Amino acid sequence: MFTLIVDGKEITIEDGKTILEAARENGIDIPTICWHAATTANGLCRMCVVEIEGVRLLQPACIVKAGKDMKVQTRSERVIRARRTILELLASTMDLSDAPEVLAMMDEYGASAERFPDAARRESEVKDDNPMYIRDYSKCLLCWRCVQVCAEDAQYTYAINFDGRGFKTQIGTFFDKPIPETTCVLCGQCVGVCPTGALKPKRQYLLEQGVSAEEISVMNTGRKRRKS
Amino acid sequence: MDAFDLTPVKLAIEKYIPLGRSGLLPALHAAQNIYGWVPEPVAAEIARALRVPLSDAHGVIEFYSLFYDKPTSKRVIRVCTDAACALKDADGILSRLRARHGLQPHQTPEDLSLTIEPSPCLGLCDHAPAVWTTDNGVSVVNEKGIPPSPVYGSLRLLTKNCGGETTSLKKYGEYAGLKKAKTLSREKVVDEIKASGLVGRGGAAFPAGIKWEGALKAQGDAKYVVCNADESEPGTFKDRILLLDDPHRTIEGMCIAAHAIGATKGYIYIRGEYPYIVPVLENAVNEAREAGYLEDFDIEIRVGAGAYICGEETALFESIEGKRGFPRVKPPFPTTHGLFGKPTVINNVETLCNVPLIISMGAAEYRKIGTEKSPGPKLFCLSGDVARPGVYEVPFGVTLRDLLEMAGGVADGGTLKSVLFGGAAGAFATSAHLDVKLTFEDLRESGLPLGSGVVMVFDETRDMRQVLKSLARFFAHESCGKCYPCQMGTQRQKEILDRVAEGEIRGGDFVRLQDVGWTMTDASLCGLGQTAASAVLSAMKLWPELFQG
Repeated sequence: MFTLIVDGKEITIEDGKTILEAARENGIDIPTICWHAATTANGLCRMCVVEIEGVRLLQPACIVKAGKDMKVQTRSERVIRARRTILELLASTMDLSDAPEVLAMMDEYGASAERFPDAARRESEVKDDNPMYIRDYSKCLLCWRCVQVCAEDAQYTYAINFDGRGFKTQIGTFFDKPIPETTCVLCGQCVGVCPTGALKPKRQYLLEQGVSAEEISVMNTGRKRRKS
Repeated sequence: MDAFDLTPVKLAIEKYIPLGRSGLLPALHAAQNIYGWVPEPVAAEIARALRVPLSDAHGVIEFYSLFYDKPTSKRVIRVCTDAACALKDADGILSRLRARHGLQPHQTPEDLSLTIEPSPCLGLCDHAPAVWTTDNGVSVVNEKGIPPSPVYGSLRLLTKNCGGETTSLKKYGEYAGLKKAKTLSREKVVDEIKASGLVGRGGAAFPAGIKWEGALKAQGDAKYVVCNADESEPGTFKDRILLLDDPHRTIEGMCIAAHAIGATKGYIYIRGEYPYIVPVLENAVNEAREAGYLEDFDIEIRVGAGAYICGEETALFESIEGKRGFPRVKPPFPTTHGLFGKPTVINNVETLCNVPLIISMGAAEYRKIGTEKSPGPKLFCLSGDVARPGVYEVPFGVTLRDLLEMAGGVADGGTLKSVLFGGAAGAFATSAHLDVKLTFEDLRESGLPLGSGVVMVFDETRDMRQVLKSLARFFAHESCGKCYPCQMGTQRQKEILDRVAEGEIRGGDFVRLQDVGWTMTDASLCGLGQTAASAVLSAMKLWPELFQG
């Protein structure tokens, strides 16, 4: 057990915890987007960055371990600017309509969805190629959770990986093969961890498209397969 | 797809099978040498042979600019469009070349006779405008062959054997530094490097001795020495010349590092845009092996495939391991968890070239070169509007004015407008900085980074907005996409600077650019994102009027 100071408040925690764990256990909210309890933290979204006294750059709370006598600020001006800008970058890039948690963060940080006029967006067609889930990468914020649970974090299936690089990164399969032609076993773990509706159960997607439950049940018998 | 005969690729990749996943980049290079690109059945065959998941193999092809998963010619002309070449009308050269061959951007004709591409900095700024042509595996620069090495300056220690032909082992002479190092204990060698004050010359300026000490003390059944020859910082070409003209200096430096930390295996990771150096290195490693220098330590050469990020040390490890070049979260640091998770010393080419010198002459004597806080010789890469572009070897402590005078001043008798210091990840200086001493301490005080030793000169006729546009284009192209600030920030920075260059400045662009820049600097995961706005933010301080409509 040791003590550190977060936002001026002295907190005592067990050894080996991250700053994020230390803060959350003590009722201090640090926002996260890519972080998930079931996946390896990679420090991608940088929403959890905090200012640590004596450290030059902001540090990701999801990875950096809390240290004895550390002085951490979770809401400094620099932190707020970084979080607000990251949210504005996201809103200018992708469709956040199915990401209520991110939209709530935008409200909280006063982030404007119109901050970057005429910005290039990552847009793609909905991929509807298997009986279980659809992939709508216009809504993907590249949290990597799906790739991670498909690989060493859970399933060891390796059906999906990354296409492109930088801003043009997208989740993809081997030479863009449809899901049934990949190693995917339709375990659904990727759908379970997706935070934005980029991966969605097909049934839910069809209901949202206005297809009735009756029509869906006919499709599912296999007698009247939807053309994919 | 059946048209592809897999027999040649099966034969070509056989030797990489024992490497497993680590053999992925070499196998993909071998496949491209055969087909010009990596067709799907070829990728599947390589993945199967190396036991790499198909999606992962495809992810790797997609990551590296020099790997293609779509039909591409075995004859590729790449026109460098980055800063120094942009000054010499690189974009015009590219579009005229395309027009002459009747090709649209991103178009390869169906007969696969020719592919023409723009390219990030080719490390040929001393030969700007640079065009690199590969035809069935043969590389030619500016339609001439292997690029010559212009070497100048007031010192010839690191560049003693540079400026002419490749130096053979016979001409280089015995590895005297290594011989001396082997008479010393590991600790003593590390102490000597620490005492010399040598810091990394790749850009980060981390004390080399501290790295070595960390790797020496680290527990591990295997340890590695890696030479970072992924020189890709726009404006930097010194390592190209060091390796091409004097490969044994680097190899000797690696051998000394291996002795110091107890490594048995080393890698030279050279950027894919320097294929003409690879046979030179292979030959030099063979010479060293035959001379008995590589008996308890061997060196393997690995070739990158078009990714600036792989100059970041942990991304470089990932690349050797056969993965996308994503930088790792640090800590843990390479000294304890480096290549294949083992203790690793990774040093830049120029850093390693200092090592034989330090051991041979002794740290005390070495420290007589340069200044107290920045000891040793330093290579600067002069390019842009300067009369004699090239690599200049000088002691730390000469001024920018000295350096420019050595280089014959601004080209064509022009007047100096500014100097980009340290590369695309650097900052701009002006004539007000002419008398700043080129040392780590003096430059830091002036807010200028030494970086990789880039001194890119711009005369008074240059539109700095065009320069910034090319820097921003570079970072948007090279961001790996791992962390959000850099993945999206480099794209937005490019879009805003494209607008600024066209004079279409919108209200709020100044603050918008600052917010993006500061966020990338402050919150990105690795050095790429943390410096992607460095030059832009420095330009905003120097010339705020450029960004306001």
